[in-house]
Amino acid sequence: MGRYIAGRLLETLIVLAVMSFVIYALMGMMPGDPIDIMVQADPNLTPADAARLKALYGLDRPLIERYGNWLAAALGGDFGYSRVFNRPVIEVLLPRLGNTLALMGLSFVVSLAVALPIGVVSALRPYRTGDYAINFAALAGISVPTFWLALMLIYLFSVSWGVLPAGGVTSIEGGGLLDRARYLILPVLTLSVASAGGFTRYVRASMMETLRQDYIRTARAKGLPERRVILHHALRNALIPVVTIVALSFGGLFSGALITETMFSYLGMGKLTYDSIMGNDYNLALICLLFATLVTLLSNLGADLVYAWLDPRISYHGERGR
Amino acid sequence: MTETAALAPAASMGALTWRRFLRHRLAVASAVVLILLIAAALAAPLVESALGVDATEVDLLARFEGPSAAHPLGTDELGRDVLVRLLYGGRVSLFVALVTAFAAAVIGTLIGVVAGYRGGLADAVLMRVTDGVIALPLLPLLIVLAAVDPARVPILGALASDGDSGLARIVVIIALVGWTTVARLVRGAALSLREREYVLAARTMGAGGPRIMATHILPNAVSPIVVATTLSVGNIILFESVLSFLGLGIQPPLPSWGNMLSNAQELIYEAPALAFYPGLAIFATVIAFNFLGDGLQDALDPRASRD
Repeated sequence: MGRYIAGRLLETLIVLAVMSFVIYALMGMMPGDPIDIMVQADPNLTPADAARLKALYGLDRPLIERYGNWLAAALGGDFGYSRVFNRPVIEVLLPRLGNTLALMGLSFVVSLAVALPIGVVSALRPYRTGDYAINFAALAGISVPTFWLALMLIYLFSVSWGVLPAGGVTSIEGGGLLDRARYLILPVLTLSVASAGGFTRYVRASMMETLRQDYIRTARAKGLPERRVILHHALRNALIPVVTIVALSFGGLFSGALITETMFSYLGMGKLTYDSIMGNDYNLALICLLFATLVTLLSNLGADLVYAWLDPRISYHGERGR
Repeated sequence: MTETAALAPAASMGALTWRRFLRHRLAVASAVVLILLIAAALAAPLVESALGVDATEVDLLARFEGPSAAHPLGTDELGRDVLVRLLYGGRVSLFVALVTAFAAAVIGTLIGVVAGYRGGLADAVLMRVTDGVIALPLLPLLIVLAAVDPARVPILGALASDGDSGLARIVVIIALVGWTTVARLVRGAALSLREREYVLAARTMGAGGPRIMATHILPNAVSPIVVATTLSVGNIILFESVLSFLGLGIQPPLPSWGNMLSNAQELIYEAPALAFYPGLAIFATVIAFNFLGDGLQDALDPRASRD
């Protein structure tokens, strides 16, 4: 077990290292570099000045060398300064992370609270009207374009009815938990729709599969009340694959928060990622993207570990993925 | 002679599959909706001339008009007809989605069949790469890829000169990250198919690797490829629309469902209808492709079918 985790962590680190180079190289291919931006902003800067500045910051060096310098600094804990915020990248990142975790945590709870009962009910009476309706709703949830859903919610709740704020994290006077909650409702709703749809489909499929098993027939045959059969024998086993999917979806949710946060001007990691890419804030964008990659990789690892922990039939020995 | 002998059982398999597909009513309805949508998109010039409007004609005196006989869905912020633009946008969005899905399926199939059939080092390397791509945060990465200046990329330099509508670029970048599901499925199929007797028979008769992969492995892995590709179309439409919405995908004046929504957020007070229709078109199309994929899965994989 320990060896398996160590191996997977090493694999994660390798993928992260490769990705850091790929993203670094991609950033270099985006239009303009920091000095080009300074030249645009300051007409007094002569081409000779620009060339001197590029040499000073090492921007005239080959890609590999620049990456090596960045990596050496990053490994020492120095991720550089954000061009837009004029502060160290980490200082910009941390408060945003808290906001995103609040948004994602709530969406997680909401979508699971919706998906679990609905998925189970759907599986208990398959191929009936109710099941078809739930199936349709779940697929609709997956299929709706997030940014459009956000637009429609803003139109209904903020523009037409004026009951909820269209964006932001708190009102200007700031304050209490209730105030924050009002600003969270629409983003959480938007983010929850897609994941609730996905979760519902997995719960239903897993539950139907479990209900076909022999031990369910045994439980019924020995006369257990249906309620107990479903809650204790079926649901508990059906949840094992669902937990994996939920853990796996964490990375996707992190990536999906980008749109939701941008639409609602919610100051989280997602909006920061988008703004830093669009604003040519290279140091910040690089770390944001690497962080998102790390979250995805760790959630994949977490999914595998949780699965093995919940299901004793899975062993770490033997080859993976065969 | 041999050909008819081979066709007869195949036809009955096809009939069985067709019957299973017809039982999935939502999938059948989705197929009809998609055919109608594609027909409507193809008929865009006809609708344009029937209504006597021009999709690109700007008329600042006729901005934000409500529905009328001349403009069934009203006009947008530049006085252009919304319905005709929706149809032209549909052409672009559907074309991008289908081409990208096909390209991704081809990449995925090639990688999957080589990994699964060759095994060993090729398999290990290709599957590590696949795992790596799956672990990427897709949307942020697509945004970076879309923001990359193609002139600075050695291989993609040629794409810089495609009139800058962003069509070719969006197909390339989405296909570049969208092949993983097909690759995994094809690899799985190839792993089991290569152990079959007929593959052994072909090998003893002297068939080489590429020939076996093309004639014995791939035809038997078609079902998962078709299902995964159909299901991927919906996601591709979502990715294209969000990138175009953010101004990174299809560039105006070429309309796509995504970029028609670009100004919608600022205009939500004046013209909420402008934000409504393109999103609804995306929504309906994605749902339809997803149901179609579901139906195909049930039809092509009898083991998973209901009883």
